[in-house]
Amino acid sequence: MASLIKTFLLTDLLKGLWTTFKNQKPSKVITEQYPLNRPPVAERYRGAPRLNTHPETSETLCISCNLCALACPEQLIVVTSERNPETKRKDLTTFTYDVSRCMFCGLCEDACPVDALELTQDFELATYTREGQIWDRQMLEEGPLPVRYTH
Amino acid sequence: MAETTLAPPEVQAETLLDSNELVLNMGPQHPSTHGVLRVILKLDGETVLGTDCVIGYLHRGVEKIAENRTFQQFAPYVDRMDYVAAVSNGLGYCMAVEKLLDVEVPPRAQAVRVILTELNRIASHLLWLGTHALDIGAITPVFLCFREREEVLKIFENYCGARLTTHAFRIGGLQYETYDTFEKECLDFCDLMEQKLKEYHDLLTGNRIWVRRTKGVGILNAADCKDYGVTGPLIRAAGVEWDLRKAQPYCGYENYDFDIPTAKTGDTFDRYMVRMEEMVQSCRIIRQAVDALPEGPIKGKVGKVIKPPPGEAYVSIEAPKGELGYYIVSDGSLNPYRVRVRPPSFVNLGALDKMCRGSLVADVVAIIGTIDIVLGEVDR
Repeated sequence: MASLIKTFLLTDLLKGLWTTFKNQKPSKVITEQYPLNRPPVAERYRGAPRLNTHPETSETLCISCNLCALACPEQLIVVTSERNPETKRKDLTTFTYDVSRCMFCGLCEDACPVDALELTQDFELATYTREGQIWDRQMLEEGPLPVRYTH
Repeated sequence: MAETTLAPPEVQAETLLDSNELVLNMGPQHPSTHGVLRVILKLDGETVLGTDCVIGYLHRGVEKIAENRTFQQFAPYVDRMDYVAAVSNGLGYCMAVEKLLDVEVPPRAQAVRVILTELNRIASHLLWLGTHALDIGAITPVFLCFREREEVLKIFENYCGARLTTHAFRIGGLQYETYDTFEKECLDFCDLMEQKLKEYHDLLTGNRIWVRRTKGVGILNAADCKDYGVTGPLIRAAGVEWDLRKAQPYCGYENYDFDIPTAKTGDTFDRYMVRMEEMVQSCRIIRQAVDALPEGPIKGKVGKVIKPPPGEAYVSIEAPKGELGYYIVSDGSLNPYRVRVRPPSFVNLGALDKMCRGSLVADVVAIIGTIDIVLGEVDR
């Protein structure tokens, strides 16, 4: 009899509706208004690559060891260098990074012995052309320009 | 289409006489097929006489890619098979290579691995619950589930820098040490999850529409489960206490106290209850692992160049969807000679025809949802 009354009074459905209603509070809104408010990403976030330079002399930290290019599963890093006859070291000439094929696994970052190559917190990587996805040394050192959306 | 996949002869003869048979394509763009699964339904009115699955729309040749990558380089690719449970995939692959190398993983790394895989199990089940309920027509759970899943993804992002395709583990242990608030965030999430599970039960478990749409639908009994090689929540819902975390403990699961939730009939409702209970058990494991998180190194003795001796290894783990196995053959070079994956989604999908026969078209949607497939893993 009790169960019949419960069935008749729709208690099971009202319980669910009440749960739905409880979650309607405006204080509980968790939707991010993306282009207006950018979400903070984690410190370890693996985003756009960056080639670090020395903070004072702004010389590159890269020693052209080619380990990142060897570690990359997609083989999208190309490093070229030439031997400096005075210091007997390799000087970096070009560094190309194809972001369009990158899956941000972080293996290049792990392989770098001098913390020159790093995956940063930038995540807005859209471009109008495919060529724009291939980053040269200048782009990697300066980073992508901040995007401003107008509407 | 082969005639052998159709209904039993007596049903076939009947349908031939009045020829009401209708062949209907469901998918690959149908939203309730969870990706790009195409099911060819053979119908008599609303009754399903037989089904045929067409897969391969998401085939990327992951096993072949492995042959052209070094052992470390292939690790990010396994995340892209079952992308809902990327951490479990990474664990299985790393354990298989560690078995080839005969490397011991330090206890701290093992405990962190357990925490992350259990968090991933909860995230995977939350996604399943949301989409399964959405398929059946309950719209609220999907929003609530995604809200809670976000908390897990935030922990992943803080830990390893990626949310979905995490690449969290490395061969031999871990790459990243835990961060300052890691333990607290995990415990807070467990507290939150236990509250929220009550909400989900309020929304669905007693709901008469939910019960009528799931009870007695898609029954797969224990014998059939074993015949089809079905594992995971599906076999546990049929009453078989089979969980690889208990049956062949790995990664230190023998140290944690947890139960294997089971049910009796093996219908859609039972599988729902089993998965709901599994989330509670995962919270229990996470609490124990966080409380007893040992100090020490996070990476075993693995060189920079991984070159396993010639041989083969098979390792299977309990992924959220069932038994996930990695079979790796090494010929002593830098690249694996062959990698074969035993994906739980693919094997479980084999039982779809058995579960669908004789049911209604609307139930096919519920049955596909209850198997919990990820097409990235089915097609690989």
